[in-house]
Amino acid sequence: MNVTLENLTKVFPARGKKGSGDVTAVKDFSLRIPDGALVGLLGPSGCGKSTTLNLLSGLLTPTGGRIYFGEEEVTRLPPEHRGVGLVFQNYALYPHMTVQQNITFPLENRKGKDKLTKKEMADKALEAAKLVQIQDLMDRKPKELSGGQQQRVAIARALVKMPGVLLLDEPLSNLDARLRLQTREEIRRIQRSTGITTIFVTHDQEEAMSISDLIVVMKEGVIQQTGKPQQVYDDPANLFVARFLGTPPIHVFDASVKNKTLYIGEAPVLPVPGAPDGPVYAAVRPEGFVPEQEGPLVCQFHRVEVMGRDVSLVASHPNCQNTPIRAIIRAQTDVHAQDGRVRFRLDPGKVFLFDTQTEARIRF
Amino acid sequence: MEQHNKKAWLYMLPAALFLGLFLVYPLIDVLIYSLEEGYNFASQTYWGVGGYNYSYVLHDPYFLQALKNTFLLVIITVPVSTGLALVIALGLSSIQKLREAYQTIFFLPYVTNTLAVGLVFMILFQKTPYTDGLVNRILGWFGVAPIDFIQGPYWAKMLTLCVYTVWVVLPFKILILTSALASVDQSYYNAAKVDGTSKARIFTRITLPMISPTMFYLVITGFIGAFKAYSDVVALFGTDLNAAGMNTIVGYVYDMLYGTAGGYPSYASAAAMILFAIVLTITCVNLLVSRKHVHYE
Repeated sequence: MNVTLENLTKVFPARGKKGSGDVTAVKDFSLRIPDGALVGLLGPSGCGKSTTLNLLSGLLTPTGGRIYFGEEEVTRLPPEHRGVGLVFQNYALYPHMTVQQNITFPLENRKGKDKLTKKEMADKALEAAKLVQIQDLMDRKPKELSGGQQQRVAIARALVKMPGVLLLDEPLSNLDARLRLQTREEIRRIQRSTGITTIFVTHDQEEAMSISDLIVVMKEGVIQQTGKPQQVYDDPANLFVARFLGTPPIHVFDASVKNKTLYIGEAPVLPVPGAPDGPVYAAVRPEGFVPEQEGPLVCQFHRVEVMGRDVSLVASHPNCQNTPIRAIIRAQTDVHAQDGRVRFRLDPGKVFLFDTQTEARIRF
Repeated sequence: MEQHNKKAWLYMLPAALFLGLFLVYPLIDVLIYSLEEGYNFASQTYWGVGGYNYSYVLHDPYFLQALKNTFLLVIITVPVSTGLALVIALGLSSIQKLREAYQTIFFLPYVTNTLAVGLVFMILFQKTPYTDGLVNRILGWFGVAPIDFIQGPYWAKMLTLCVYTVWVVLPFKILILTSALASVDQSYYNAAKVDGTSKARIFTRITLPMISPTMFYLVITGFIGAFKAYSDVVALFGTDLNAAGMNTIVGYVYDMLYGTAGGYPSYASAAAMILFAIVLTITCVNLLVSRKHVHYE
C-alpha cells in the first residue's frame, strides 16, 4: 500500500501553568512511500520520529496535514480502522497470555461478518508464528522468552491481521549487539516475504542504512533529507545529515575557500572550482583520507588500529572539530609517518563543503 | 555451610523472639484456654480438658447471632466495597482535571477517627423524637415512612452497618487500586487500541488481569478485616451489642472477657479459635481460587 503524508504537523500544547510554549514535534512533514518499501525514520532522540509513527498508527491525531493509505484518507480515522500493525519498543506483549493468545488477540476483536472461528484463528496465528519462526513457543508466557523471541512474537501479533502497513518503533533497541544484527536481517526477510509497506523508527544510523529501501533523516521535527541510504550517505544535504550518518563519524574541519581552492589552515588541500570564497566547514568521510608521501594535509600521527580488512589511522589536526581523526584505509597501504606526521590527499568524492551560517551544502 | 546457618539464625533471633513472645505464645495459650473446662479466673484452676467450651459457644444464641451478623457483613461489604472502589478508581484514572482534589476527598475518611465517623452516621441515620435524621428526610421526599436505622428493625440496622463499613474501608482500596491502575503500562492499552479492542474487552482482558494481584490482596485483607469487625459496630450501636442484636464475633469475645456478663476466658478463647479457623479457611480458599485467576508478572 502506498503511504502518503502531506504537510503533516503535530503541535503538543504547553503543559502546566509555567509551560514555556507549545512544542512542535513534527513540522510540515511530506513524504511519499511506495508500496512494499521498507522505510527507516532516522534521527536523534526528540526529533519527532516516534511522533510521526504514532500519527501513522492513529494513536495521535495531527494538528495539520493529511495522511493517505493508498487512495484513502486516514488522517482522522481511529487506529482500529486503519489496518496498521504496530510493534512497540518494549513489545507490549500481554504478560498474562501465552504466545498463542497474544497472537490471536487482534483476531478475537473482529465482529460481525469478519468474525473468525477458533480454528481459523489458530491457523492464522500458526501461519504468523511460522513466518517469524516461533511456532514451537506457542504455549509459553512472554517472560519465559528471550528478548529476541519476544520481539518475534510482537511482530507476529502485528502481522496476524495482515495489516496494510507495518510500523515498528525502535525495533532493535532492546536487543544486545549480536541479536540486533540477526534481527535486522530477520525484519528485512519478513518484510520481503510479506511485501507489506513497513516503516520503522530508529536512532541508530547503521540499523537504518543496512536494511532500508529509503531513509528519512529528521531533526527537530523537520525532514532533513530523504533518499536511498547510499545516496544520502554519499550526498548529504546539510551538515547535520553528514554528521549523523556514518561510523566512524565524518570529520569536520574549519576551513576556507580562496581563489577556487580549499584551504585547511594554511594548506591548500583541494581545488574547488564551483565554491565561492569565504569560510566553510569541510567535512571529510573517514575513507576520504588517502595517505600520500606528498599529500597536502599534514596531520599529527598517533597510532594505527588494526581491524583486519581495514586499518584505522588515528591522527589529529588543529582545525578538526572532532578529534582524533580516524582515517579508514586498506590494510595493504603503506603508512609513511615521518617525524611523527602523516600526510593525506583528500578524495574529492568524500569531501563536502557546508556554509558556516546555514550549514547548508555548498557544491563545488 | 554450618557457619552460615548459625549466622542466619542469629539474624533472625530478634524477630523470632518478638513474634514468638507476642504472637505464637498467645496463640498457643488461647488454644490451651479454649480446651480447659470450667476454668476459674480467680483461683486459676479448671476441672478438666475437653471440647465443652466449643460446644457451649456454638450453642449460645448470642454467638450464633454474632456469627450471622459477621457473615452477612463480610459477604455484603467485601464485594461491594471492592467493586465500588474499582469503579471509583477507574473513574479517577480516566479524568485529568481535579483528579488530585477528588483523590484527597476520597481519602479523607481514612484519616478520620472511627468513633467520630460513627457519630456522623448516627446523626445521618438516627431517628429521635426531635428529628427523623437526614437520611429519613431524603427518603421522605420519595414517600417512604421514617425508619429507625439505629434502633429499629434488624435489616435497617444491618444496612446502616454495611453502608458504614463500606464507607470506612473504601478510601484505602481506592488508593491502592488507583496506584495499581496507574502502574499498568500505557503501551498495553495502545497495542489493544491499534488492534481494535473494545473498551469492555480492554477492561476484562487487560486491565483486570494486570491489576489482579492487587484485587486479590484487597479481597483477602478485606475478608480478614470484615471478620474482625468490632469498633465500627460499637461506634454505631453502643457497647451493649447483644441487646441490640448487632454483635460480631470479636464483640462476643470481648463481652466474654470484659463485658457485664464477662469473666469467661475459656468461652472467649473458644470463640476466638472458631474465628481463627474461619478466617484461615476463607484465606486458604482465596489462595486456591487465586492460583487460577491472579497473574503475577
